Amino acid sequence: MKRTRRSLRLVLAALLGVLLLTACGRNMFDQPRVDAFDASPFFADGSGMRPIPEGTVSRERGALEPAYLTGMGPQGFLTELPIDLDVDVLLRGKERYDIYCAPCHNYNGDGRGMVVQRGFPQPVSFVDTQRLLDAPVGYYYNAITNGFGRMFSYASRVRPEDRWAISAYVKALQLSQNASVSDVPADVLSQLTQTEAAR
Amino acid sequence: MPNYFPPNSNSFVTWLAWGGGIFALLLIVGLPFYARMNNNRVGVPVEQPVDFQHNLHVTQVGLDCRYCHTTVETSNTASVPPTETCMTCHSQLRVDTPQLQAVVASWESGAPIAWNRVHDMPDYVFFNHSAHVNNGVGCSSCHGRVDQMAGMWKNEPMTMGWCLECHRAPEKFLRPASEVFNMAYSPLADPIAQETLGATLVEAYHIDTDKLIQCSTCHR
Repeated sequence: MKRTRRSLRLVLAALLGVLLLTACGRNMFDQPRVDAFDASPFFADGSGMRPIPEGTVSRERGALEPAYLTGMGPQGFLTELPIDLDVDVLLRGKERYDIYCAPCHNYNGDGRGMVVQRGFPQPVSFVDTQRLLDAPVGYYYNAITNGFGRMFSYASRVRPEDRWAISAYVKALQLSQNASVSDVPADVLSQLTQTEAAR
Repeated sequence: MPNYFPPNSNSFVTWLAWGGGIFALLLIVGLPFYARMNNNRVGVPVEQPVDFQHNLHVTQVGLDCRYCHTTVETSNTASVPPTETCMTCHSQLRVDTPQLQAVVASWESGAPIAWNRVHDMPDYVFFNHSAHVNNGVGCSSCHGRVDQMAGMWKNEPMTMGWCLECHRAPEKFLRPASEVFNMAYSPLADPIAQETLGATLVEAYHIDTDKLIQCSTCHR
């Protein structure tokens, strides 16, 4: 009788001990769902994320003019920027240009970026080639969107509004790279000479 | 009144107290140790199907983080670049090298490269990259000097306690927007200057410091 009681107590203690282990497990850590970039055996290509079907229109971004999205109107490349131009657009354009374009086209547009220095075929400089200096802003938007020659399309990496900002900045770069000292406004010029003297 | 408990049940209570104490001690000491051992492989390079070198691409070629991690400013995830991004340059450069074989094979077949995850957040944690980089948390604050890494490893333990170090005192770690992608910048370099700068940045980014330490900020 005594023996049964003892073993009963042991079993009870063991059962209580098991309760302490209930929180141990990784099923909350790895819940049965597909996270971004997870693999999934559900789809034939093994990827959990799905490619966007061709022709998909983003509802979030609203309906946009085909000319805005392609850089081309009925008369060919757009010659006017379809967004309001201010200094913020140009600064955004510079930032995005320096990230996505400068590796090949270089920060000044001469086409001798670091990737080119390492063996990528050199793109034509768009700051001293007359054909490209004359090209309208839509031409640059179109090149970013669809790629050009060996350059891949950047449509999946750079949003349309940023592509327009970059195109505007490219036009600004063409002006600045071909400007002379006499083009600089007087008040800015004094700043420049001061900086130069400070060196 | 009959005796429901035998006399030796008194010692049972003592044993239970001792056993429980030792068990609790083991849990307290062992669990964090176990957790760190398994999840927080800080500084241990994760093997990858392609021997990609961040230091070469960032320091030598000069690519910005965002050239490849395109959605870091707009999305939860920073994005692992698709093979297309590699091939933008490597359709022309070093195409026939053994290092690029897996990339070219992926490009030709269309099957994505199966990169191994370096940072695996628990599924009960909500994390958003854009919320951090748009509010003054720099890449290198969490990921370390990726521009100097040949392989890729976790630079910080990514435990809740580590997250809270910053969520409890964001002013110690915030940077001006212009320095978020600057890998060489460190808010910890000059703690005295950071003290005044941090306080103004918390205001400038409109950071609600009470909200930062609420459970539902990360566990939703």
